[in-house]
Amino acid sequence: MTPLAGCLLVSALLFSVGLAGALTRRSAILVLAGIELMLNAANLNFIAFWRFGAHPEFLTGLIFVIFSIAVAAAEAAVGLALILAIYRHARTSDVSEITEMKG
Amino acid sequence: MGMTFSFLILAIMTLAGGVAAMTMRRLVHCALALVVSFAGLAALYLNLGAEFAGLAQLLVYVGAIAILIVFAILLTRGGEGEPGGAFSPAGIAGAVVALAVFAVLAWAVETSGLAHQAVAVAAPQTTMREIGFALMQRYVLPLEVIALMLTAAMIGAVILALREKRHEPAGGAAQKQGMRA
Repeated sequence: MTPLAGCLLVSALLFSVGLAGALTRRSAILVLAGIELMLNAANLNFIAFWRFGAHPEFLTGLIFVIFSIAVAAAEAAVGLALILAIYRHARTSDVSEITEMKG
Repeated sequence: MGMTFSFLILAIMTLAGGVAAMTMRRLVHCALALVVSFAGLAALYLNLGAEFAGLAQLLVYVGAIAILIVFAILLTRGGEGEPGGAFSPAGIAGAVVALAVFAVLAWAVETSGLAHQAVAVAAPQTTMREIGFALMQRYVLPLEVIALMLTAAMIGAVILALREKRHEPAGGAAQKQGMRA
């Protein structure tokens, strides 16, 4: 197996772990953590393709990862603020108990 | 050339951290396992020759996001664990979906030819200077957009997390004070 395929497999595993966590956990905070893991898996793919792909001198993958980390920081801040606001409103951060908008 | 030994160790550390973060019962332990996973990813970036991205990952994820998550857990009293069990009622379906996604991704990697194709293994020589020039010249517009978005996100997060004010008629609080006095 080449290093690129190894990176892609690790990234796929990490994405699946994050997805499983986001879909199965009750705590809204861990759902957010699962989403962060999925985002990180995508970042690992960008780095792997930048490292082993053609024209690494253009820095495309690397710059994309830097911007992606900045976006993830903003996303985590807003997401956790939302969880705090929901907790204050509903007195729980359990996603299976927040059913006010259920149709 | 196969994968290097250090890559394997770091990959196992990252994945073990991720699995532990998603399966442990106490939320604080989950947050600590998440730190291990993020640190492993940062080391993977360093291993792949992306020094700046690795250090940025270390600063932002291990330094900031992990602390934010711990704060959120403590502020929502999640440190005591979840009363109704850690997993939601539809947990099995979620795990099956995640497994199916992994199967599709692994199949795509295997059949894409990337698994057997020889690739350039010479590490690209990237200096901090080049990254700085790229950020300031070619990618200056995305950089400004990111700056604006970070500011907006910061203001939004502060407004969202502000304590809601009680809606009282004007002067209601002052009247109560007066009555009490």
